[in-house]
Amino acid sequence: MSNEIVIQHGVSEQEVHEHHEAHHHHETFITKYVFSQDHKMIAKQFLITGMIWAIIGGLMSVLFRLQLGYPDLQLPWLEDIFGHWAKDGKITPEFYYALGTMHGTILIFFVLTAGLTGTFANFLIPFQVGARDMASPFLNMLSYWFFVVASVILMSSLFVQTGPAAGGWTVYPPLSALGDASQGSKIGMDLWLVSLALFVVSSLLGGLNYISTILNMRTKGMTMTRMPLTVWALLFTAILGLLSFPVLFSGFILLLFDRHLGTSFYLSDIVISGTKILPNEGGSPILYQHLFWFLGHPEVYIIILPTFGLVSEVMSINARKPIFGYMAMIASMFAIALLAFLVWAHHMFVTGLNPFLGSVFVLLTLLIAVPSAIKVFNWLTTLWRGSIRFTPGMLFSIGFVSMFISGGLTGIFLGNSTLDLHLHDTYFVIAHFHIVMGVSAFMGMFAGVYHWFPKMYGRYMNNTLGYIHFWVTLVCAYVIFWPMHYEGFAGMPRRYYDYAGWESFKQFVELNRVISFAAILSFLVQLLFVFNFFYSIFKGRKVTSKNPWGANTLEWTTPIRPGHGNWPGEIPEVHRWAYDYGKDGRDFVPQTEPVGKDETSH
Amino acid sequence: MSEAMSVQRKKIHPYKFNLWLGLAGIIMMFAGLTSAYIVKRSQPGWESFKLPGIFLYSTIVILISSVTVQIAVRAFREREMPRYRLFFAITGILGVVFMIMQVVGFYTFQSLGMKMIGMGSNAAYSFVLAIAGLHIVHVLGGVIALIIIFFKAFSSKKRNYDIIPVEIVATYWHFVDILWVYLFIFFSLLH
Repeated sequence: MSNEIVIQHGVSEQEVHEHHEAHHHHETFITKYVFSQDHKMIAKQFLITGMIWAIIGGLMSVLFRLQLGYPDLQLPWLEDIFGHWAKDGKITPEFYYALGTMHGTILIFFVLTAGLTGTFANFLIPFQVGARDMASPFLNMLSYWFFVVASVILMSSLFVQTGPAAGGWTVYPPLSALGDASQGSKIGMDLWLVSLALFVVSSLLGGLNYISTILNMRTKGMTMTRMPLTVWALLFTAILGLLSFPVLFSGFILLLFDRHLGTSFYLSDIVISGTKILPNEGGSPILYQHLFWFLGHPEVYIIILPTFGLVSEVMSINARKPIFGYMAMIASMFAIALLAFLVWAHHMFVTGLNPFLGSVFVLLTLLIAVPSAIKVFNWLTTLWRGSIRFTPGMLFSIGFVSMFISGGLTGIFLGNSTLDLHLHDTYFVIAHFHIVMGVSAFMGMFAGVYHWFPKMYGRYMNNTLGYIHFWVTLVCAYVIFWPMHYEGFAGMPRRYYDYAGWESFKQFVELNRVISFAAILSFLVQLLFVFNFFYSIFKGRKVTSKNPWGANTLEWTTPIRPGHGNWPGEIPEVHRWAYDYGKDGRDFVPQTEPVGKDETSH
Repeated sequence: MSEAMSVQRKKIHPYKFNLWLGLAGIIMMFAGLTSAYIVKRSQPGWESFKLPGIFLYSTIVILISSVTVQIAVRAFREREMPRYRLFFAITGILGVVFMIMQVVGFYTFQSLGMKMIGMGSNAAYSFVLAIAGLHIVHVLGGVIALIIIFFKAFSSKKRNYDIIPVEIVATYWHFVDILWVYLFIFFSLLH
């Protein structure tokens, strides 16, 4: 019933708003698409903004892979585009470091934190717990717009004369604290810090909304242990973010003080540029590393936990089987979230950390292998003897598990401080974290996008393009990162601009070329995904039934294109958990169906 | 959305819950800073200091403001709007006085030769500036919230007896108060 009809019946507009506020808004273009407070629209905004960032961040990696794979190559068109950053068609060292720094910052924070959690927490939490919207739709909108402002500032740092931040995505002082030390530590560094501070505000606003929605706004019957694992995963993600991002923020504040107010939190009387001695006294750069990694380590779980949830859900639906070990899945996520706060110093084994302290962190780090292994076991047993439907979403879920195993195993190497001393500054680390949290998280994210696209836009994405996307991505990811383990064992240092000066790394010249080639190919195939995504929004095959995947969760009880408020009538009541697949001879039993008399609940 | 929410199961008002979560985040930030302070204190080059007396007075001011904001909330519950407005205004003014006193305290540090910033500064004093300064920003946020709610009370368009925003601001105000008392004791004991 639209407002117009009601008004024709002689009811004043004022009353309409009082009675039907939840369902009928006067939506203008601005309130619907720009300053939207609808969780579904905010989710799409996060997703598309994240995709734009992913293309930029991915393109950066292509550029620095050009330098690494083809160090002698001269491409005059690079100079046409980037000017003095690519003099004579060759990427300059400053540009190379800026590219690496921005690639890390963009992918970790702007794509895999905001783009991933922002999309799926906003989209799935109200749907799957049975709420009309987030606890505070307004804060939710603010969260997105803080993210946009942070994005604009970071983007603008790409266009300043001295370039963006270039001291690595971790921006360790003293390099990042001293404008005189490098081009990238000048204005670009300030913009980086301001942008990330706003980003922290954005994730906090989003995070507290996610937590309070999950804990307070569940529909009738939706007990905590009936929630889908996606919601559990997003809950742990939000708690991690809420407790760790503020610590990063405090580290940034001290860094800003050192940069602009001449304080000595991180700086001491060191010599810069071989001539000038700093007037600072007594500062310790290690202090920054502690503050940074207290966030930094939970951050990798902030990235990977949402995909745990997405993959569990997609996998159970497409294997037509209940998820194996539901409670074990929750317990292991809880264990991971807890351990996330107790392992940060394993990033600092080579900083002269007390070896005894190091051994404590080794133990705690290796403990993470236990819940991770439980999760992998449960995914594999969910697949075991399932009636698997190989949709693109399902393929990406399986790909995720493959990547997570490969990357997780190398984590055991790096978690040992004795091995880490050798491997820490080599390509081994690059390979490890790209596989375990980069590619894995992307796989989980793609699984989520392919799977929930019909709910987002009422259309399907193209399957054939999806299959091409999956297989090329999977193969390229292994071709890129597998050989890097060998390079790392051989001691090839990471972050370097050019390896021509070392006889021992000459053997890798051709290998690096292969890696670069695969990196470019995998970047191109992501563009295929982007095309598929936008093409399908407008031209994709239409969804004709409410529940196309035969899934149990509540989002599939809403109309195909739900309005603001999600359910046109009452919010459905929940009677069972989300994983009754293949139960008592039935393919699936939605959560809204009451438990029968002679039926056992899980 | 208020109508839609009321039919849903809820234990605590979601906005209030949001506030508590936000406070948890703020606590983590100050926990990060104060633990950095503790680590730094054990390293060579730390100069021990005594907080200037003005910080004691500012502590008293912010403690009083907690009492006044509580009186205001009670007045609101009893629908005594003039008393509510009066005590809300007093709370805001005390907040501003507190902030001014803190800044004066920083200048006292400088005038006693304990440099907080610039050449010859010591991390001990810089920490006081960073931590207490960040606290001032949070008090400022509280004052702005007070002002917004205060002017809503004068709105002629609609009479507003919704206590939720008032209680949220009051809770936040108590929080920044307790936070400062913690910081004050912290700086006094670990100097």
